[in-house]
Amino acid sequence: MITLSVNGQEHKYDGDPSLPLLWFLRDEAGLPGTKFGCGEALCGACTVHVNGEAVRSCAVQMSDAAGKSVVTIEGLDPHGNHPVQRAWRAVNVPQCGFCQAGQIMQAAALLKQTPNPTDAQIHTAMAGNICRCGCYQRIEAAVRIAATGV
Amino acid sequence: MTHIDKSDSGPSVQPMVENVSRRAWLKGVVASGSLIVAASVLPRGAMAAWKTGADAMPHGTVSDPHVFVAIDKDGIVTIVAHRSEMGTGSKTSLPMVVADEMSADWSRCRVVQAPGDEVKYGNQDTDGSRSLRHFVQPMRQCGAAARLMLEMAAAKRLGVDVSEVEAINHEVVHRHSGRSFGFGELAAEAAALPTPAPDQIRLKDPNSFRYIGTGSVPIVDLFGITTGTATYGADVRLPGMKYAVILRPPVLGSKVKSFDASAALKLPGVEKVMEVKGWDWPAKFQPLGGVAVIARNTGMAIKGRDALKVVWTESPHAVYDSDKFREEMLATSRKPGKTVRNEGDIDAAMKSAAKVISAEYYVPQFAHAPMEPPVATAWVRDGMAEVWAPVQSPGGTHDDLCKTLGLPYDKVKVNVTLLGGAFGRKSKCDFALEAALLSQALNAPVRVQWTREDDIQHDFYHAPAVERIEAALDGNNKVVGWRHRNVAPSLFSTFMPDPKYQQPLEYSMGQVDLPFEIANIRCEVGEAAAHSRIGWFRSVRNVPNTFATQCFVAELAHELGRDPKEMLLELIGAPRIVDPRKTTVDLWNYGDPFETYPIDTGRLRGVVELVAEKAGWGRNLPAGHGMGIAVQRCFLSYVATVVEVAVDEKGNISVPRVDTAIDCGFFVNPERIVSQIEGAAIMGLTVAKHSAVTFKNGVPQQGNFNDYPVVRIDEAPRATHVYIVPNGWDVPSAGVGEPATAPFAPAFCNAIFAATQKRIRSLPVGDQISL
Ligand code: FES
Ligand code: FES
Repeated sequence: MITLSVNGQEHKYDGDPSLPLLWFLRDEAGLPGTKFGCGEALCGACTVHVNGEAVRSCAVQMSDAAGKSVVTIEGLDPHGNHPVQRAWRAVNVPQCGFCQAGQIMQAAALLKQTPNPTDAQIHTAMAGNICRCGCYQRIEAAVRIAATGV
Repeated sequence: MTHIDKSDSGPSVQPMVENVSRRAWLKGVVASGSLIVAASVLPRGAMAAWKTGADAMPHGTVSDPHVFVAIDKDGIVTIVAHRSEMGTGSKTSLPMVVADEMSADWSRCRVVQAPGDEVKYGNQDTDGSRSLRHFVQPMRQCGAAARLMLEMAAAKRLGVDVSEVEAINHEVVHRHSGRSFGFGELAAEAAALPTPAPDQIRLKDPNSFRYIGTGSVPIVDLFGITTGTATYGADVRLPGMKYAVILRPPVLGSKVKSFDASAALKLPGVEKVMEVKGWDWPAKFQPLGGVAVIARNTGMAIKGRDALKVVWTESPHAVYDSDKFREEMLATSRKPGKTVRNEGDIDAAMKSAAKVISAEYYVPQFAHAPMEPPVATAWVRDGMAEVWAPVQSPGGTHDDLCKTLGLPYDKVKVNVTLLGGAFGRKSKCDFALEAALLSQALNAPVRVQWTREDDIQHDFYHAPAVERIEAALDGNNKVVGWRHRNVAPSLFSTFMPDPKYQQPLEYSMGQVDLPFEIANIRCEVGEAAAHSRIGWFRSVRNVPNTFATQCFVAELAHELGRDPKEMLLELIGAPRIVDPRKTTVDLWNYGDPFETYPIDTGRLRGVVELVAEKAGWGRNLPAGHGMGIAVQRCFLSYVATVVEVAVDEKGNISVPRVDTAIDCGFFVNPERIVSQIEGAAIMGLTVAKHSAVTFKNGVPQQGNFNDYPVVRIDEAPRATHVYIVPNGWDVPSAGVGEPATAPFAPAFCNAIFAATQKRIRSLPVGDQISL
């Protein structure tokens, strides 16, 4: 039995310990905000925070998540009002929106570590998150707005 | 119009549209440097209307407010979005049209997504950049009819003539007395009225629009998307639901011969392995078949699938090799093909030419790769089927489900989730049919998830193409002859025995609709068989045709020592209507009447001149930089792009700036037009720089974002500027979702040439200019 905390709540998992955390979150814990885009740590759609760090949940096995504290997009802010979420709304970032949970989780982790990132730092931190619709110009603008306060 | 009481169950409603402060809002749009060009033309007739092909589409259009609008007694207006939302914003823009016409306050409106039911809602096939083009008029009528019904209800209460009252900002006001009733107060009485006859309905004066044309309304799912609570295809969870993935035949036309599931079934959480039915090719959108693994969650189903051993039957398509196929297409393009447009005498023009210039272009096959891979949930039970899926055509999905399951119309329900991108892929509902067939077999709700590998290796691909263009020049270096041969497998091979030639719908996207003023023109198509499922990708055949045509113009300019933009304008010629119908075999005008949407070279020139001016065409550039330009009439809009590239000493290419001008007729939501064009620049850059799915022995060689790369934030254009040509209601609305993808690749490659003198004739650019 694996025990982990997700968005402040304790969860238990009794299945194959090699299962990627992503599928536990989505299919077992009922938290579908974290998205599946590639399964190979190539797109960032599945980004969550594990012990405060942005990771690709498709590349974290349940055995490695045991005892850890996981935060998903659903738990980023109790009212959905994290500065990054507000900034995303201020510039109407999303097109289809599918990548955005991952983008927001990645940006939130970036700003926690680097409150005032340079363009290059934004690019480096966000380059693992694909947006096939091509919202990058607004993603970059939103990260800057979140950094400076909406 | 419907009245909802608190006690009514009503349609399930979504969170209220969020108010975002206009200041913060504008900051974003302005930061992007995009703007609407100041109006030079004032809107003319407010009541002008145009004919579209909408009514020739299956189930045509519906504009009845009883179908689209519901008001509760607190005044909350619920508006139905009947087109699928895949990122273009139509779920916001069309209901916003209704709200504006009915004088509703958007902050008191909600939007609900319609299920697939074209009998009720009219055509729902969200494809072909048609949503606004075909439904802005019906939705204006719908809103205007709802407004009139509310006004009639108020007039009746007051015992006055309806002309004495007016709907303003969510209430109806009696002009004389100032008495007013909120929409909620009038809801029940208004809903009881019959829909007014069309000749009673009065559309608003566009000058009084509050939302249309302003770009001030955030998308309706913004809060849900940013909090992870918006529902996409994979987010529906039913009690007792099974999770499935399918191993599909690696080569088109193969079937399961035998399989060994013993290793898969030993894995914890793997519940069942079973064969799923596949159809013989061609089979429209019917499933490919294969072996399904069912497990307690998707992750275990994938692990189970990895452990399967399957023997497949042989397929004639195992000969398919992309490199060989390209050589075959090239050879075909050097021989005469079938003539599909013939004007003047091209042979004589070629013979008497002082000079003939020719070039051959190649655009490979590529996959859509929407961020959300195909996925669907189905529950088939008690002679009924219900599906939850991100489909572009819920009506078509509904019909295909009826056919596949043998169920009558009213026993099938298709619930449309948000689409996590689509680009044409989700017009094909094979994934929804798979889920339904599995649910039927397992007698349980089932979700079928495609992995990224499934998506890239079993797509309905954008067809590869070879394009050969020859121009005849006279003694004064004037272009007097143009021959364009286009060789590509046809998407119709998905629907019928392979026609092996591009069809009118295909060659009318950028080949025979050539808007150039040249005396002798011949367009030909050459034979090419399909060996994979062929579909349509954003901009469709405009991608290869625009690439060839617009690169060739720049090549001519270089050859003649001319400026590419001036060369382009000279070839377009004087402002006029180009009508190739008489000289073309079945010109397809995107399904719309030519009279409404002619080929107007004045508008084409307009976007070229506008974008050139805004981009600073001809300005001094730093060393290693270059600018390229391209234009296309695409999905009935006119769109021109200038790309600036910077190439470093190692041959790495970056894009400091993109400028795009679009003339799309009357427009509703400029903010979403800007976002579509920003996105098209990035998708265009991906197509130009990276995209290729190549086959060996019939098997696609790419499978995920490592070998099928897409542009990421660090490679994206540094700034994309968008200019929208203002138009009144007298200029018919045209497509927006697709057009801007087409001119990007040629503008980009023309810019590379300007920077490096290296000509790219084959996509993707990849490392062709790397040192
Ligand atoms: S799904 Fe995990 S990175 Fe793509
Ligand atoms: S908004 Fe569609 S993938 Fe990013």
